[in-house]
Amino acid sequence: MKKEGQIRIPSGCAIAAMISRKGKRISGESITNAMKPMHDRSNGLGGGFAGYGIYPEYKDFYAFHMFFDSRATRKECEVFLKERFEIVQSEIIPTRKIPEITDEPIIWRYFVAPLKSLLTSMQLDEKEYVVRTVMKINTEMPGAYVFSSGKNMGTFKAVGYPEDIGVFYKLDEYQGYSWTAHGRYPTNTPGWWGGAHPFTLLDSSVVHNGEISSYDANRRFMEMFGYKCTLQTDTEVITYILDYLLRRQSLTLGEASSVIAAPFWSTIASKADLEDQKKHTYLRTMFPSLLITGPFSIVFGFNGGLMALNDRLKLRSMVVGEKEDMVYIASEETAIRAMEPDAENIWAPAGGEPVIITVKDGVLV
Amino acid sequence: MKIIDATNLDYKAVNEELRKTNSDCTIEGCCGQRFIAAGMSGKNITIHGVPGNALGAYLNNANITVNSNAQDAIGDTMNEGKILIHGNIGDAAGYAMRGGKIYVQGNAGYRAGIHMKAYKEKIPVMIIGGYAGSFLGEYQAGGIIIVLGLHTNNKQIVGNFPCTGMHGGKMFLRGDCKDILFPAQVTARCATPDDLAEIRKYLSEYCTDFGYSVKKLLSAPFTVITPDSNNPYKQMYVAN
Repeated sequence: MKKEGQIRIPSGCAIAAMISRKGKRISGESITNAMKPMHDRSNGLGGGFAGYGIYPEYKDFYAFHMFFDSRATRKECEVFLKERFEIVQSEIIPTRKIPEITDEPIIWRYFVAPLKSLLTSMQLDEKEYVVRTVMKINTEMPGAYVFSSGKNMGTFKAVGYPEDIGVFYKLDEYQGYSWTAHGRYPTNTPGWWGGAHPFTLLDSSVVHNGEISSYDANRRFMEMFGYKCTLQTDTEVITYILDYLLRRQSLTLGEASSVIAAPFWSTIASKADLEDQKKHTYLRTMFPSLLITGPFSIVFGFNGGLMALNDRLKLRSMVVGEKEDMVYIASEETAIRAMEPDAENIWAPAGGEPVIITVKDGVLV
Repeated sequence: MKIIDATNLDYKAVNEELRKTNSDCTIEGCCGQRFIAAGMSGKNITIHGVPGNALGAYLNNANITVNSNAQDAIGDTMNEGKILIHGNIGDAAGYAMRGGKIYVQGNAGYRAGIHMKAYKEKIPVMIIGGYAGSFLGEYQAGGIIIVLGLHTNNKQIVGNFPCTGMHGGKMFLRGDCKDILFPAQVTARCATPDDLAEIRKYLSEYCTDFGYSVKKLLSAPFTVITPDSNNPYKQMYVAN
């Protein structure tokens, strides 16, 4: 095998996403195909997908997708889950055996509802209760890992190339109104199943192309609020920052973008709209430790929508396109063309300019 | 004329097909193959479909025409030849190019012309028809960058921080650029007839390529930006 320095692998992560503004449900085959023209951006050490609206029959239950290293770990974890949740369904996640994907762990999913009695006695809201449970399993239960924990959504990830991972997880058999995808080129950590993107917490998911340089500053700040970064992967901290800003601080998506991809002070100073200037000054002053520096382009998925965002210097590429009620986002235009050859209005958002797409009001998702 | 069907070909196969022949080539069904025509010389290449990143990298003297948008890093370090894009381009076009031409009908992403340079008779030229993103001409060391703003969709002709670290070459922006903040290390002034005479032949060629009138193009004022050698570039990123 050729070693480092003897071979160059030209790549740099790939992201793609699609959403129907009408809430129309689409099979996961299209998003899988989007990753094909961007094959060279990944190196086969990870990829994954998130689909929203895929579990309508269980939409009131949290869907836990989990990896286990052994049957014993799974049994032990199930005992733990049964003490805290009503488990309405427990099943293996169906996969296709293909030569491109090997060494899979035990991949399981549970549809669960928190036990009301425990919520009352612990005086926690449902979401916080679920977050704490996920954190507890991921930090204290070796061999068990929750990689998806939202309602009516799920992530599917593995070590391999994304287009093969989509086939492995039979995404063509799922229907979702929005999908995100990631092809990985790990820069700081070895590729393993849990470390692949998307990273999720509740129904929030993040796919990320880049390598943030503020990781430790961001991580230290987030740890003060109980978020444990267990993976040394920058994308994980982005997921927690967005959870903190949106769920706990109740910021809007636009405001959260202005925190993590804050404009330069000189840009704020030159704003003609004084209210806007005041707001940006406030956000940069309140959350200086949550400014994310270094290259990133992310797609943040949540129940009912998507947000795409570039770092403020725009050190990674990202394009957006449309066709009728569909919106497509990807690292390269060719991925959009793979999803919709006749996509229109192809444009590249500026650094720090969020693109937020939500499913139309009144549409049940 | 050789026709290459790029459907189901990866970038290596496409480039091998291009190298096999001395005749002109048309690539059909291009979808994201990178490094097309890298380092090539002596032929005309027409591309249908969207070419991948690093189109015409190290281009040595070939002409490439793209009939759609193109992606990032076109003309990276190109030496000679011409890349003509009938659409928009992505980020970092013409990175460190030291010769040749990149003519774009649409808009450019961030960092177009980053570290463009020049050497003796080699003067690279980049013309953007629409608007350019932030950091246009970052660290520009030579050559000519022209942005025409013919269709800006109500956006500024250039984003934030143009000419950051510029220490050579010239930039021409069509318009008076009153709203644009330039760094203190450059001088922006109204272009004189002498300045315009310098770029007239490039503009004429551009107008022939895309069917515009050079007279109409020159009816608006141009702003020319050059480095200010009395106040050289010091830093950008530390005091943010």
